[in-house]
Amino acid sequence: MQDILVILISSILINNLVLTEFFGLSSLFGSPQKIEPVIGLSLATILLITLATIANFAVDRLILQPFDLEYLRTLAFVVTIGAVIPAAKKIGRVTSPVIDNSLTLFMPLIFSNTAVLGISLIIINKNISFIESMFAGISIGIGFSLILIMFTLLRERAALADVPRPFQGAAIGLVTAGLMSLGFMGLIGI
Amino acid sequence: MPVVKSNPMNSPQLGGAVSKIQMVLLALMPALSIMTYQFGFGTAINILIAVTTATVSESIILALRKRPIKVHLNDLSSVLTAVLLGLALPPLAPWWLVVIASLSSIVIAKQLYGNTGVGLFNPAMVGYAVVLLSFPLEMSVWVIPVSVLVEGINHPNIFESFSIVFGMSNSVDGITGATPLDAFKQSSGLLVDQIYQTKTVFSSATLAGVGWEVVNMAFLFGGIFLLQARIFSWHAPLAMMTTISILAMLFWDGGSSVSAGSPLMHLLSGGTMMGAFFIITDPSTSVKTNNAKLVYGALIGLFIFVIRAWGDYPDAVAFGVLLGNCAAPLIDFLSKNTTKISMETSDAE
Repeated sequence: MQDILVILISSILINNLVLTEFFGLSSLFGSPQKIEPVIGLSLATILLITLATIANFAVDRLILQPFDLEYLRTLAFVVTIGAVIPAAKKIGRVTSPVIDNSLTLFMPLIFSNTAVLGISLIIINKNISFIESMFAGISIGIGFSLILIMFTLLRERAALADVPRPFQGAAIGLVTAGLMSLGFMGLIGI
Repeated sequence: MPVVKSNPMNSPQLGGAVSKIQMVLLALMPALSIMTYQFGFGTAINILIAVTTATVSESIILALRKRPIKVHLNDLSSVLTAVLLGLALPPLAPWWLVVIASLSSIVIAKQLYGNTGVGLFNPAMVGYAVVLLSFPLEMSVWVIPVSVLVEGINHPNIFESFSIVFGMSNSVDGITGATPLDAFKQSSGLLVDQIYQTKTVFSSATLAGVGWEVVNMAFLFGGIFLLQARIFSWHAPLAMMTTISILAMLFWDGGSSVSAGSPLMHLLSGGTMMGAFFIITDPSTSVKTNNAKLVYGALIGLFIFVIRAWGDYPDAVAFGVLLGNCAAPLIDFLSKNTTKISMETSDAE
């Protein structure tokens, strides 16, 4: 239990994949700039990451490793994530219309979120148990969502500012993300 | 499109003759003088270099953007940022360090976001974090306070200080040492009492390091003066200091070797008081409602304590403030929406 808590806190705050290892950046910068769709987007991302992590873990343990097919890992994971999407949609339809809408609208953004593939590859390297990998998936989802929500709100504030014309739009977004990670650099070493 | 404001920054107390920023600069005077007394001319030189760089870079960028230079320079906001930065950086730091810090704070954190009014991150803290991460060695060299200096060694006079800062001489040996927070971070094998006895910066058995206490008290007085003049509200500073004290008390295990230090030590050393009264109260990077300010101050206090106790950096005010700035829009958003939700539910009842 303590391990799980450690994984949760460290992945969400300290070793946040988005800011320290540049995962998920395409989805971060491609996301809509209003907060309401972003909340749905982040819930959908958490759902997909969790399901994808579980599925990839299973695929790796049951299919790839016994048959010595590790070199197919990346390809297999991408295919698995694609296969998990209808399952995520079904769950979304059953549980909440917000998630369902977000999944349909933002499917490219969520699917190609490199954090989804990235966390699966990372947990394989770390050789951890099933429950811990599931929690790693959830915490990466939460970490990404936290960064995404903070980033969107910061962007909304920046939109009110008198930003120089060459920097408006994407550039000031990049600068903002850089300054955010400047702050998070203080948390390393904990 | 140049915006002409009708000066919303006037202080209510003095009939609008003195702006808020001028009051803040005034409140920094005691701290500035005490720091110069304790640490020598290095502090004053830092402030000089920072203010010059800030003003020049701001003028250049305003000219590039075809904005009125005099209006923006006269409101002294960049001067305030530069003074805070100069106070935060180590005295006798190389001149290029101060220039880089000042440039990153003014150009990146202030001008790129449109100069005044709507900033996202506190410029002084951005500048400090940039040089702390890029030049950790130069940033770890602090001057020993004058109260602790060994007999016969004096702080360099103004000419020697200039030559040290501009790299022409290297005679900093007898006058530099660790700060109290540094001492705590590096002596992981010693009990707290042993730290107080053996490290020279703690001589005379005071609470938070001789010299440093006085500096922080000076910032505290400046802060109280500003509170009394209603420049900012008490919520954020009080929340931050309370959180640091409570966490330090909770994790105080009687002075063992892994302890993080007593509450008073945390409050009176490093940049705590400066951060509490002069950094987190900056209106453009903070939150709007008073309740949100309590949360904001508490969050920053939490980050400061966590990084000081368990992170890699001895003084964490800059990182804590930056993390708080990241979270400030989120706190605003949540406080707006929880009031909406509670109003809706009470209407429905």
